[in-house]
Formats: sequence, C-alpha cells, structure tokens
Amino acid sequence: MIEFISQPWPWYASGLAIAVVMFLLVFFGKNFGFSSNFRHFCAACGGGKYSKFFDYDWRSYGWSLLFLIGTVIGGWIAGNFLTTTDGVQISEATINDLGKLGIAAPTGLQPNEIFGIDQVFTFPVLILVVLGGFLVGFGTRWAGGCTSGHAISGLSNLQLPSLIAVIGFFIGGLITTHLLLPLIF
Amino acid sequence: MKGIKFIIVGILFGIIMAKSEAISWYRIQEMFRFQAFHMFGIIGVAVVLGAIGTALIKRFKLNDITGQPIKFTPKEMGWKRYLFGGTVFGLGWAMTGACPGPMFVSLGYGYWMFGLAIVMATLGTFTYGLVKDKLPH
Repeated sequence: MIEFISQPWPWYASGLAIAVVMFLLVFFGKNFGFSSNFRHFCAACGGGKYSKFFDYDWRSYGWSLLFLIGTVIGGWIAGNFLTTTDGVQISEATINDLGKLGIAAPTGLQPNEIFGIDQVFTFPVLILVVLGGFLVGFGTRWAGGCTSGHAISGLSNLQLPSLIAVIGFFIGGLITTHLLLPLIF
Repeated sequence: MKGIKFIIVGILFGIIMAKSEAISWYRIQEMFRFQAFHMFGIIGVAVVLGAIGTALIKRFKLNDITGQPIKFTPKEMGWKRYLFGGTVFGLGWAMTGACPGPMFVSLGYGYWMFGLAIVMATLGTFTYGLVKDKLPH
C-alpha cells in the first residue's frame, strides 16, 4: 500500500483528490482558498496598525491556519515516508529547455540549483525566491485569490472574474518563463 | 477538538500536492512551456468535478455539517484587479515554481528555502495592504 501511494500520482487521481479536498472544506462550511493566510499572518502580527486592510478578527480564520499547518505536516509526511528515488519525470523538451538555462535534469522534486540551501546568496536565487515570493504575495491579494481560490474554486463556480485572473496568471507566467528566466540565468 | 478536521484535510492536501508533483518547480516550468499535459490534467479534472459538485450542491440546496445552507460567494465584478493582480501573481509563480499552498508543502517536505519565499510573500501581501488604495481594482 505504502509503495503504491509512494509513486507519483497520475493527473486524474490528483485532480479528483483536489476536488475532494475542496468539497470537504465546503461541507465544513468553509471555502477552498489558500492565499488569504498571508493576510491573516499580517493581521496576526499587528498589521492593523499600518493598514485597515489588516484590521479584522483574524482569529475567526483559525480554521484556515489549521488547514495550513496540516499542509506543512502533509508535505513532511510525503517527504519522509512517501518518497521515491526518481526525479520528476518531466518531458524531454522541458529538460532540454532548462538545460540551456543551466538547470540539470531532475534528480528530485525541486532543482538544487534554486532550492539548495547553499544557493541562498546567488543572484538568480535571490531573484527567483525573494522577488518571486514577493510578487506571489502581492499579486494574489491584488487579484483576490490564488490557484486554489480562483483557478479551482472560482472556475468551478463559473466566475468570470476568476477566468480573467487565471488568464492573468498565464500572462505573467509566460513572461517570466520565456522572457525573464533567460535574462536571470 | 473541532479544529482537528481542518488539520486532517490539510494533511491530505499536502500529500496530494506533493505526490501529484504539483509542488515541483519543474512541473510549473513544463506547464508554462506547454510541454506536457500533467498540470493541465490536474487542474482540469479538479475544475470539471468541482463545477459538477458545485452545481449539484446549488441544485439540491445542500447544507453543511453545521446545518447551514452552503453558499458560494460570487467574486466582485470588474476586471482590472483580476488581470493586473493575476499577472503579477503569474510573474512570481513561474519564478518560485510554487503558488501559496505548495510553498508550505515544500517547506514541510524539507526544502527550507521556501521559508524565505513564504516570508517574502507575506511581505508582498503586507505591501499590497499599504498601497491598495492607489491601485486600480
């Protein structure tokens, strides 16, 4: 059993499982959206002193922070008990493209060139992790949601604003992938 | 403990995101290069099943476990915040290879650098809170 679930899961099983997670939260009387937690962090750290946007009762979103703690534990379980030795089986075309940027074929889940802890003071990593993280946090709140809130929950509810947001996600992602990454590396 | 169910669903979500490889920077690069179906398949199946389930919940007016009718809050109309904010998000998504959920899954998985990404994303959200009234929405 453990061996069976330790293999990388196929897309259809993963998509089904994500829908199940969304509906579990819905039946718990909540909603599936992850990025609001960054706002709750700001509110919990006293951000209300600086902007009314962070002046609200973040404790009423305790469930969301518990969900977040669960995802970290889930990642830890997967990383310690459900691992395989193979790298991510991405397509040959992607391996070739990334090779031109100096990123080797996968040997694990994430590239050591970017997420190896010894890389922390190199220029590309500073851009990708520091600037990238900042843009994710800024953009997701501006757009009012992230992949879970817009692409999954919003599109499931046939929301036009979510479709516009997802189009934006791809405009930005394509610019970074095809125009910025070759400049950064 | 009323809260324990949220931790359990979170654990489930974390395992799904890790084992589907949706948290992988490589997979996000593959997606933005349109070189495999994997990520589109994951999101596509989740959305199709999500849409069917959402329609059924509305059609049969189902209640949540506390007995309250389930409500789906529509997004505010408009396009500027979604297009501009979405684009900024996308720029960052292709850099970190992780949207907000996967950042936390990867941190738990043992990739400590995502702690830095999480701190920066929180700072990004904080900055948005400071300047939001000056941005188009």
